[in-house]
Amino acid sequence: MSDNLQLALVAADRVVWSGEATMIIARTTDGEVGVLKNHAPLLSVLVPGEVEVHTVEGERWSAVINGGFLSVANNRVSILAEHAEMSNEVDLEKARQDLERAKQAGADSPESEEEVRLAEARIRVAERDR
Amino acid sequence: MAASLRELRARIKSVNATKKITRAMELIAASRIIKAQQRAQQAAPYARELTRAVSAVATYSNVDHPLTSEPEDPKRAAILVVTSDRGLAGAYSSAVLREAERLGEKLRGDGKEVDLYVSGRKGVLYYSFRDRPVIDSWTGFSDTPTYDDAQAIGEALIGAFVDDDSEHKVDEVHVVYTRFKSMLLQEPQDIRLLPLEIVEGEERPDTSEVLPLYEFEPGDAEVLDALLPKYVQSRIFFCLLQASASELAARQRAMKSATDNAEELIKSYTRTANQARQAGITQEISEIVGGVNALADANAGSE
Repeated sequence: MSDNLQLALVAADRVVWSGEATMIIARTTDGEVGVLKNHAPLLSVLVPGEVEVHTVEGERWSAVINGGFLSVANNRVSILAEHAEMSNEVDLEKARQDLERAKQAGADSPESEEEVRLAEARIRVAERDR
Repeated sequence: MAASLRELRARIKSVNATKKITRAMELIAASRIIKAQQRAQQAAPYARELTRAVSAVATYSNVDHPLTSEPEDPKRAAILVVTSDRGLAGAYSSAVLREAERLGEKLRGDGKEVDLYVSGRKGVLYYSFRDRPVIDSWTGFSDTPTYDDAQAIGEALIGAFVDDDSEHKVDEVHVVYTRFKSMLLQEPQDIRLLPLEIVEGEERPDTSEVLPLYEFEPGDAEVLDALLPKYVQSRIFFCLLQASASELAARQRAMKSATDNAEELIKSYTRTANQARQAGITQEISEIVGGVNALADANAGSE
């Protein structure tokens, strides 16, 4: 067994990223959670937003998911999301347009609020990792 | 043999044009099957992880969830029929529809009413032609289904299953789709989607593998609440992907036999055309010979 966490970030139609990581930070419904090596088995619900991963090489990358699940067991971490995007895959132009549209749709309903949050998260990660 | 040589040539030409089209469709279908299979493979990890998570919750908690509880007296059942948008795929759509009819009869025999949900234009046409009510239908993605399509279908079906006040409330949900067994064999199949039976999964986790004692956050009921709809949608997505691979395989096979038939036809038409041409030549020669003979006889008589 390796010394690091085995991470698989899986979207409904593809594996977005898989490999070794030292730390994973994700946002659950109860708040942010950081996962290090030998974390206790955990299954939790994630809210739409950012997932941050520190790789073995000391690098850091992030991805945006539209909600999903985090499961941790025996140093194997899987993050399941219906849609997931790595920060370098985000189309900044399109994300900005989406944000505008979501804002115009009205911030009253929880759905559009969620969309705004998601679009903001996409722009944030894309700009930072540019 | 009545057709003239000119008619035969025209026929050969038109069959040749058809053959080119069917050949092209065969090749297109063949190349798309590979893509469809890749998509199915890429979707497998998600389904596998999700099944693992669901069985983990199911093993370590005794939560009753509306999606897993069996109704005591099922009265209405919904059938989702997965067909294709386009034809020219042999018996693909009719085989699925026949299976759906069979299942419908069986459910009616058990005293349940049947609500139809249809995906694919061929199925919609089939039922609208027969004036049969369809509760909801989805079209336009049968050869390249995306997860969003599965999500839309899933939401409608879960809604019908869970919502007690809905006029389309159902107690069971079945799916009829074509399972892709191999390039040569695709079978229409029906599965019961709801209420969920978690043990029977396409991607069952290894039984020897002991599931760790998970902590659930925020709580096991909430996790299950969030997981199960995704699980249903992922299974629908699986069905759609299988159906798309089957549709392409069926189309490839149908187009291959159409191409072969066209070749046969061209061969037999060419033979008849050659015969007709030879007959024409023979006739012309015998006419010339006859004419020369007649002239020679006439000349011989006058000398």
